[in-house]
Amino acid sequence: MMKKDILIVGVGGQGSLLASRILGALFLSQGLDCKLSEVHGMSQRGGSVVTYVRAGENVSSPMVSDGEADLVISFEALEALRYAHTLKKGGTLVYSTQEIMPMPVITGAAAYPDDIASRLAAFDLKVLAFDAESAAEKAGNGRAANVALLGAASPIIGGTPEEWEAVIRATVPPKFVDVNLRAFALGLEEAKKG
Amino acid sequence: MKGTVLTMKKLMLGNEAVARGLYEAGVTFASSYPGTPSTEITEYFSNHEDVHAEWAPNEKVACEAAFGASLAGARSFSAMKHVGLNVAADLLYSVSYTGVNGGMVVAVADDQGMHSSQNEQDSRNHAKGAKIPMLEPSDSGECRDYAKLAYEISEKFDTPVFLRTSTRVAHSQSLVEEEERVLPPKKPYEKNVAKYVMMPAMARPRHKIVEERTKKLAAWAASSGLNKIIPGSEKIGVIAAGIAFQYAKEALGDRATYLKLGMVYPLSAEEIRAFAAKVEKLYVIEELDPFIEDFCHAAGVECEGKSLFSLCGEYTPAMIRKAILGEDSPAPAPAAIPVRPPVLCPGCPHRGIFYVLHKMKLTVSGDIGCYTLGATAPLSSVDSTIDMGESVSGLHGFLTADPSMEDKAVAVIGDSTFVHSGITGLINAVYNQSNVTVLILDNSITGMTGHQQNPCTGLTLQNKPTHALDLEALCHAVGVRRVSTVDPYDLEKTEAILTEELQAKEPSVIIVKRPCALLKWVKRLPPVSVDPDKCRKCRKCMSVGCPAVLFSKETGASIDRTLCVGCGLCEKLCPFGAIEGGNA
Ligand SMILES: Cc1ncc(C[n+]2csc(CCOP(=O)(O)OP(=O)(O)O)c2C)c(N)n1
Repeated sequence: MMKKDILIVGVGGQGSLLASRILGALFLSQGLDCKLSEVHGMSQRGGSVVTYVRAGENVSSPMVSDGEADLVISFEALEALRYAHTLKKGGTLVYSTQEIMPMPVITGAAAYPDDIASRLAAFDLKVLAFDAESAAEKAGNGRAANVALLGAASPIIGGTPEEWEAVIRATVPPKFVDVNLRAFALGLEEAKKG
Repeated sequence: MKGTVLTMKKLMLGNEAVARGLYEAGVTFASSYPGTPSTEITEYFSNHEDVHAEWAPNEKVACEAAFGASLAGARSFSAMKHVGLNVAADLLYSVSYTGVNGGMVVAVADDQGMHSSQNEQDSRNHAKGAKIPMLEPSDSGECRDYAKLAYEISEKFDTPVFLRTSTRVAHSQSLVEEEERVLPPKKPYEKNVAKYVMMPAMARPRHKIVEERTKKLAAWAASSGLNKIIPGSEKIGVIAAGIAFQYAKEALGDRATYLKLGMVYPLSAEEIRAFAAKVEKLYVIEELDPFIEDFCHAAGVECEGKSLFSLCGEYTPAMIRKAILGEDSPAPAPAAIPVRPPVLCPGCPHRGIFYVLHKMKLTVSGDIGCYTLGATAPLSSVDSTIDMGESVSGLHGFLTADPSMEDKAVAVIGDSTFVHSGITGLINAVYNQSNVTVLILDNSITGMTGHQQNPCTGLTLQNKPTHALDLEALCHAVGVRRVSTVDPYDLEKTEAILTEELQAKEPSVIIVKRPCALLKWVKRLPPVSVDPDKCRKCRKCMSVGCPAVLFSKETGASIDRTLCVGCGLCEKLCPFGAIEGGNA
């Protein structure tokens, strides 16, 4: 039975809602049952946020239990490490190398880890890291980093190029469609580079 | 009444699905006060042309308005978060007695895990206390279905009805099938003193009606198909409702048989006894209080619940698998790394005021809103935060008990919160003569819950112009003679006014006025920049906790240009003139 358990994580305000909605539309177009769980309110104010996307024949819980995710997409490096344990053995982590300092680091109470990549290696995962913001800027708008990450994760998520294009067109405001399609393609190139 | 099915299934947020259900049920009146995770219900509902939807100043007013609309014959609605129900409870405990004319439904959203709340009270206790039936959907499809059904129940049994959600139902998306709106014929208003005037002689017979109604409702829920048995192995029986049912289903699949409750109050002892007789071992899986479990024990039904599960926080399927099947989760331990708590946004007008309060080492009676974050490091300047409005009334009690603190303590309260329930505390302070100093942080919006209009903003829920409440005139009218206004970006003036008002031997109000930096009409200024030659690495700019100001021991301060909105606060703080280009 086909099932996809995905987390999209990042820092409040980075645009994870759009990414999860694109995924929802994709799974729906494939005729799957789908649930998304989002974060609104207090946690949005620059805090760590997680959106769950689950698809399959029949989905009950809208959230994914720790150690069971197939894929984690992270908008930020520290957040990638924070959620690495939610992946199953051999699961895939796709993350942007962008770093955003949390308040304890800004105030000097804690240090931003400088060994994220090696600490991730301690988990049994497939990891793909690239600078999604630069890719999005190359595509024409830094705010499309979310869709660049989806492009990089798309070989794991599945879906034909036509299906992806159709859901991006249907979800993104018309004037941003081209930028997002380019960002998606650049992300996909990163995945092909491996 | 069933409308025609409209389209193929759509992915919808639970809150959007509730709004859809209201619309299809022919609801024409909704009055709410925002509160995470309930806010979007009323916002989605307000997108329809042929309805009245409004933000009220607080939940009590909202529910009273909804009751008035019901009395006039309309199907009416109000939404709130769990703590909002405490505010509205006064009305609801008595509307339980009067019953309704047009159907009346109150949605209440609990927040297990406290994603965005000050406590995690279980609103089912209010259903029992007020003797009002409560439905609990477990996904978006049921949000729509139960919202509609709630109106049928309300009118059939002559009672207000609660619709209980939780963060994970309200803010998750799942599939919903839409139907057409069906407007029921409007009920005429008929004067009925025995039903609607709750003085003792009339309320006594109404109470008996309520007790009879509750028995009938429990029997109806057991026979109506609203509570369902989902078959599986009969070795394990599970009673659950709402999101906990989804977790249980995920964890146990067909290794259990379920009694899924659609109505969580009232419960039917016969129904539960019959289910218990079918299964070998019975578990009740419910987050927060042992509400269903206590009922089972009282009905003489043997079951396990809180002996295995916590009274606190959210559950997960893995937790249930562990508790019932003894299966361990495969998850490795999470990495030990710095936490990332929520913070005040770059350019937030609240930052300046908390910087000054911290600098002056004042005792701060805090309140609820974005400005609660003034409690966190490095601003660290809030002493207490309890409920909406407590900052003002609490400070009055504090200063009356210890007048020596009069020149060292202030209350801070947001514009929306002040109108919600700060004004009554201010009236009390004036009336009972304490020398409070109250700061109303007027950022021209209800920020915390995601930008809702309120009586101070001059705009309605639909962003149409309306009267804007004049805070200054209001404070004068309740008897505060000393009312001043200050821009929190102006640190010097803010400090000077605070110093003066703390010395005053009478109540004073300072309106701290500057719009939320995230409002669309607020102009973003170009980012500031640091001259590395002038930076002496003193870290003074770091003392305001702005996420856009970064620091390294090697190179000193720097600015994240994508985050900075050019408010200039850090520029004002720099003793060496190393930061330039902002609104200084
Ligand atoms: C009784 C109650 N109702 C609703 C809420 C949800 N809530 C928390 S703060 C807040 C309003 C905040 O607005 P404001 O006072 O203007 O401050 P801001 O967030 O804009 O700084 C609301 C509605 C609550 N905590 N308690």
